[in-house]
Amino acid sequence: MFKKTPFYEMHVKNGGRIVEFAGFLMPVQFEGIIPEHRTVRTGVGVFDVSHMGEIEILGKDRLKFVNYLTTNDASKLELNQIQYSTMLYPDAGIVDDLLVYNLKDRILLVVNAANTDKDYQWIVDNKKYDIDIKNTSNDIGQLAIQGPKAELVMQKLFDLDLSTLRYYWATEVKMKDIPVLLSRTGYTGEDGFEVYVDKKYAAQCWQMIFDAGAEHNIKPIGLGARDTLRFEMKYCLYGNDIDKTTNPLEAGLGWVVKFDTGDFIGRDSLLKIKEAGIKRKLIGFEVIGKGIPRPHQEIHAEDGKIGFVTSGTFSPSMNKGMGIGYVEKPHNKVGTRIKVIGKTPVDAEIIKGPFYKQGSRQ
Amino acid sequence: MANIIEGVKYTKEHEWVKIEGDTALEGLTDYAQSELSDIVMIEPPEVGRKVNAGEPVGTIEAVKAVSDLYAGLTGEIIEINEKVVSDPSIINKDPYGEGWLFKIKIDDPKQAETLLTPEQYKELIAKH
Repeated sequence: MFKKTPFYEMHVKNGGRIVEFAGFLMPVQFEGIIPEHRTVRTGVGVFDVSHMGEIEILGKDRLKFVNYLTTNDASKLELNQIQYSTMLYPDAGIVDDLLVYNLKDRILLVVNAANTDKDYQWIVDNKKYDIDIKNTSNDIGQLAIQGPKAELVMQKLFDLDLSTLRYYWATEVKMKDIPVLLSRTGYTGEDGFEVYVDKKYAAQCWQMIFDAGAEHNIKPIGLGARDTLRFEMKYCLYGNDIDKTTNPLEAGLGWVVKFDTGDFIGRDSLLKIKEAGIKRKLIGFEVIGKGIPRPHQEIHAEDGKIGFVTSGTFSPSMNKGMGIGYVEKPHNKVGTRIKVIGKTPVDAEIIKGPFYKQGSRQ
Repeated sequence: MANIIEGVKYTKEHEWVKIEGDTALEGLTDYAQSELSDIVMIEPPEVGRKVNAGEPVGTIEAVKAVSDLYAGLTGEIIEINEKVVSDPSIINKDPYGEGWLFKIKIDDPKQAETLLTPEQYKELIAKH
């Protein structure tokens, strides 16, 4: 039996094409991936991201525990600050990538929908210090309001001056009369917010946002455009670009690994990998000419296979086929010519990410 | 609901075929374009190519999906819709009209009898 988010009825009413994703019935698109993508790049769109998992860490040692659980330096988080991080297995393979919210009375971990149960179990199995762990995923609705007009729309619903809420900061606040957790975060490369709300207020929350956004032509956006938007920023997607067989260093996530701020699960293995030198890198590439790369296709250099595609799609902003994939060093340099082996092999060139550089994200 | 028009035949692979004397016009059905959604690239067969009914002759790429394109009838490709090659979104907007894909000079007009009628095609997609 598939789960429904608190906004499911709205998706059906808005003509969403519903598919199963990570055990949830989710809208993959409404008017089409490309127009929805453009809505977010130029205006404002709303994603139902209630399928994401929420795991709370409570107790006096919560910061110490999260610092041990994750690769980034959680100890330096200020009140209401957010951090992107990863959790590793002892062999340095990635359990998940996640957001860490340091809130007044708890730490909130926001994890990938497909990993919620696995992550919760992992955290429970590795529990130490004086803490409690709570999986609140089923009680919370989450919306992402994204696009250059997101602040204009959301400002109507808050007394707080939203220009003071900076990127990767959160606040527990009232949206008109409903209590929400509001953060300036997103997965699109545009300015925007994420709102976490008790599911009993979900319908009201949706209505408020769409009423406020009506004059800016706010629209619901499906998972299809969520993927093309994150793809253009070369943001990793767990299950595609990262998983238990990849480590954060080769995935280009070394910036969320802090080796010198205390022990974390996977640290010893990852340090060994670092000292030995990583063998491959996650790179971005653009097709020269026609063709659209697809996940799992092989990447070749002149002398044979050097890697494989992890994400590949048509980029609506760049209007061409582009991809993300692992290639062996030293083939990972920007400017390297590669061949992507689909039905018809296509030529491509390694380029620097993010692919889309005009986003409104501050 | 997907639009199924009269006056054309259909393939099991979701192409429509319109016979006009000894030529046939072929395109993607409304059902197929809607399932693929956001068609962004097509690789059509070359003019002059001899094709057999049921043979894959090209590809249709959407943002999230790729699909083979099949010849509905045996013959020779005599024309490609270049407008659709340069703007594949026309297929999404008008699959049975402006969105036609190619024209075949057919070997045997009787072969069309092996294709599906609108009624049969309707039954086929009802199973999906």
